[in-house]
Amino acid sequence: MTLAVNILLWLVVAVLAFIANTRGRVLLNDGVRTGVGEFLRLLPRIGAGVIGAGFIAEVMPKALVALWIGPGSGFLGVVVATLGGALTPGGPVVGFSIGAAALKSGAGAPQVIAYSTAWALYAIHRLVIWEVPLMPPRVVWLRALVSLPLPFIAAALAMLLAQP
Amino acid sequence: MGTPQTSRVSSTNVRAALTDSPPSRPRRRAFDWSTAIIAAVAFSAAAAVYWRDGREHFLDIFGGDLTLFAEMLPKVLAGCLIGAFVTMILPRELVARWVGHESGFAGLLIAAFFGFLLPGGPITIYPVAGAFLTMGADAGAVCAFIVSWTLIGYTRALVWELPFFGPHFVIWRIVAAVPLPIIAGILARIVVRAGYVYERSE
Repeated sequence: MTLAVNILLWLVVAVLAFIANTRGRVLLNDGVRTGVGEFLRLLPRIGAGVIGAGFIAEVMPKALVALWIGPGSGFLGVVVATLGGALTPGGPVVGFSIGAAALKSGAGAPQVIAYSTAWALYAIHRLVIWEVPLMPPRVVWLRALVSLPLPFIAAALAMLLAQP
Repeated sequence: MGTPQTSRVSSTNVRAALTDSPPSRPRRRAFDWSTAIIAAVAFSAAAAVYWRDGREHFLDIFGGDLTLFAEMLPKVLAGCLIGAFVTMILPRELVARWVGHESGFAGLLIAAFFGFLLPGGPITIYPVAGAFLTMGADAGAVCAFIVSWTLIGYTRALVWELPFFGPHFVIWRIVAAVPLPIIAGILARIVVRAGYVYERSE
């Protein structure tokens, strides 16, 4: 599985690099430099997030996690998870490692889906750092507004899909 | 550009907005608070595991996490390169024209599909979304596009989510997320119809 994913991703890289190269060597070099620079900037974050995820899962109070956002926590658990997602700062590493840790410590899958959906859509720092400078602000607020119900819908759909 | 300009928006502004070089990314501070916090939490958790469960259990978890970390690296590097290349070579004008022409339900579907298809990070996505607006797409299509990229974009899922959660969970989550961009687009249109003004007046 992981090999197939790697092959697919690097195939996409190869195609893109080829296209860039046909437009000029400079473009290719620029792309490689930007991409590798971004990767190096991400490394410490990924290290902390991934290596932390296992330990955080281990020390999370399992009884508490199961009580609040466990498979039996239902809609209230989805609300709690959505709030948690909205309040989680940081890039992909942070949100996914916390979600994975919660799942390992007994959180329900629909609740984790609500958590990661809320975190992906609401993250306030992303709104401020990326969306507002690059798009008309009123469109950004509209986007944030219509995203509000989405984690609940995602969790509800996930629950429906999992019904036998 | 060799493509004929058939769109109803044909001002030079639009052309300039779309063919300009991509905007420079906002500068990142050298010290990153969220990394520092997660590192501190991770360190405390690791110390707690060591103290509570002993060395052997600690090394067990550490080994597992290191393997996961090593497995992620080539994917993350690929993801970064994809993002960098797409930002540079994406024919933004062409993409925007597809959505710019459309209104109605088809426009939402096309926008959501592009959100799924386009790889890359925020530096790629938001300028494209801005270009949609300039090309005459409505806010509904733009919302569908951004939500789609956020929730069902394939690079994000492959690079980040899959190593943490495994294929079963990721596929399930994405299937549950498929209708969400369309819902977001429809909601946005309802809000706009109810009187929300989103176009720049300046």
